Amino acid sequence: MLDQTEGYTTEDGRKIGGVVMEMSNITLRFGGVEAIKDISFDIREGEIRAIIGPNGAGKSSMLNVISGFYVPQEGQVFYKGAPRPPMKPYQVAQQGIARTFQNIALFEGMSVLDNVMTGRLTKMKTGLFSQALWLGKSEKEETENREVAEKIIDFLEIQAIRKTPVSRLPYGLKKRVELARALAAEPSLLLLDEPMAGMNVEEKEDMSRFILDVNDEFGTTIALIEHDMGVVMDLSDRVVVMDYGKKIGDGTPDEVRGNQAVIDAYLGVAHD
Amino acid sequence: MPEQLAFTIEVFLNGLMAGVLYALVALGFVLIYKASGIFNFAQGVMALFAAMTLYGIMNGQVPFAHLINAIFGTEIHYFGWELPALLAIVMTVGVMILLAWMVQRFIFRYLVGQEPIILFMATIGLAYFLEGVGDLMWGSDIKTLEVGLPQGINETIDEVTFGWFGYGLFIDNLDIIASIVAIALVAALVAFAQYTKQGRAMRAVADDHQAALSVGVSLNFIWILVWSLAGFVALVAGIMWGAKSGVQFSLSLIALKALPVLMLGGFTSIPGAIVGGLIIGVGEKLFEFWIGQPFLGGATENWFAYMLALLFLVFRPQGLFGERIIERV
Repeated sequence: MLDQTEGYTTEDGRKIGGVVMEMSNITLRFGGVEAIKDISFDIREGEIRAIIGPNGAGKSSMLNVISGFYVPQEGQVFYKGAPRPPMKPYQVAQQGIARTFQNIALFEGMSVLDNVMTGRLTKMKTGLFSQALWLGKSEKEETENREVAEKIIDFLEIQAIRKTPVSRLPYGLKKRVELARALAAEPSLLLLDEPMAGMNVEEKEDMSRFILDVNDEFGTTIALIEHDMGVVMDLSDRVVVMDYGKKIGDGTPDEVRGNQAVIDAYLGVAHD
Repeated sequence: MPEQLAFTIEVFLNGLMAGVLYALVALGFVLIYKASGIFNFAQGVMALFAAMTLYGIMNGQVPFAHLINAIFGTEIHYFGWELPALLAIVMTVGVMILLAWMVQRFIFRYLVGQEPIILFMATIGLAYFLEGVGDLMWGSDIKTLEVGLPQGINETIDEVTFGWFGYGLFIDNLDIIASIVAIALVAALVAFAQYTKQGRAMRAVADDHQAALSVGVSLNFIWILVWSLAGFVALVAGIMWGAKSGVQFSLSLIALKALPVLMLGGFTSIPGAIVGGLIIGVGEKLFEFWIGQPFLGGATENWFAYMLALLFLVFRPQGLFGERIIERV
């Protein structure tokens, strides 16, 4: 059995719970290339966990392993204390792990509200026939889920664009809609792949605030990838540092900042 | 002139109703193409297969009777019952859903992510296979499908318009029924796609596979769903055409008529399929009436639709409602 012991208390006094997700000795290969080499770490309930590293370090691959888009050759993923068998991405999503993508994967032809509603798909249980015939309980379910979606839209301050087709939105807002869709699933674990990539300073500040608010308000466990060190250090409770597929550091932002291997990876080492 | 006007109206209405049937077939194409990027050449054969199956079930035919008799030396052809049309239709829907599952399970599951041309070739293979299986199961003789739809001239319209124009319009009851059914079917499909959970998942898959996976949608399930829906649309088209001109091989050729409809309407648009179907239906009848018969020696209906499609390909390749083609340089 995994370590499910009580967590820790953060500097700002938030209680962090037991282990939600544990990656144990994960190795991922593409042909002869090892994208991830024997990496282990855990993500605890209620924390904001960052995975950082230079370009090509294997961060996105790691996120794809967690969300089921890649299946590692070696190692075991534990979710909520139980070993997770290899699954398809949609099954992982049904288990309560939601994600966003580095290059944004929204339904461009649909409105913002419809996009957020797709995030509720895993929560809607009525069957095909009941839905097709629009029976009472389907209608009730639709209304309930609509309420949750609207709440999240309000929370992320995108009410004004609820009915706008996503394809017409600027980049920064698209990122926010994608976050809204992931949140709509009320995930046990929220994965954010470079939520601030390509944003200007103002947009980055907005997004940081939303990430903190989400964690604070809903207690959502968040794992995020970033390579902007400054942002990560402000946001996260604990940080995993990767370089060339290996884990070179793991700890609080302060611990990581003082780690020589991390400094070398980011600033480079002088060759003799 | 009222008689001339009445005659034009009659041609127009008949065109409209032929167009509804074209639209119905085109709709089957659009459903599958949107969700999976597969251009399903077998759509016409599916309509034929559905009509044959419906006929077979209604008349209590033993499936694969020839094959069974040839192997075992028996002489069985009929179970000896006749089923009511409605029950037989429900059973045929079941068969079409089973077919959808098999198509996904045994063909397209192995072709995920392949080039469009490979997917297209696979559907050509499927078309010939299904045609063969259909013949083997139910026999290749021409069948008259009698599901109890009214046929023949609508007397009321005839009488009323005679009072107006001095010339009674000839409108076939079957065409009227077909139009009503097609309109209801389209409305139901649109409502399904727009307002239900599975419809939303279907649109999600049509839009972005990766994103659909990330919100917990099984692509496999959705593909089986769209093939089932396309099978259902094929059944409706098969019933209408089958009742009109008999269940025979030429039924599968209506799929070719759907091609120009799609070029007009755009491959990804359900309203496009409908409007495209109507334009082609009306266009070819009016063209024949005004220009074809008097000046070109007739029979222009055979090529008018393709000609129109060609013009569209040159001047508006995305069709009337298709997604705009944007080239980034």
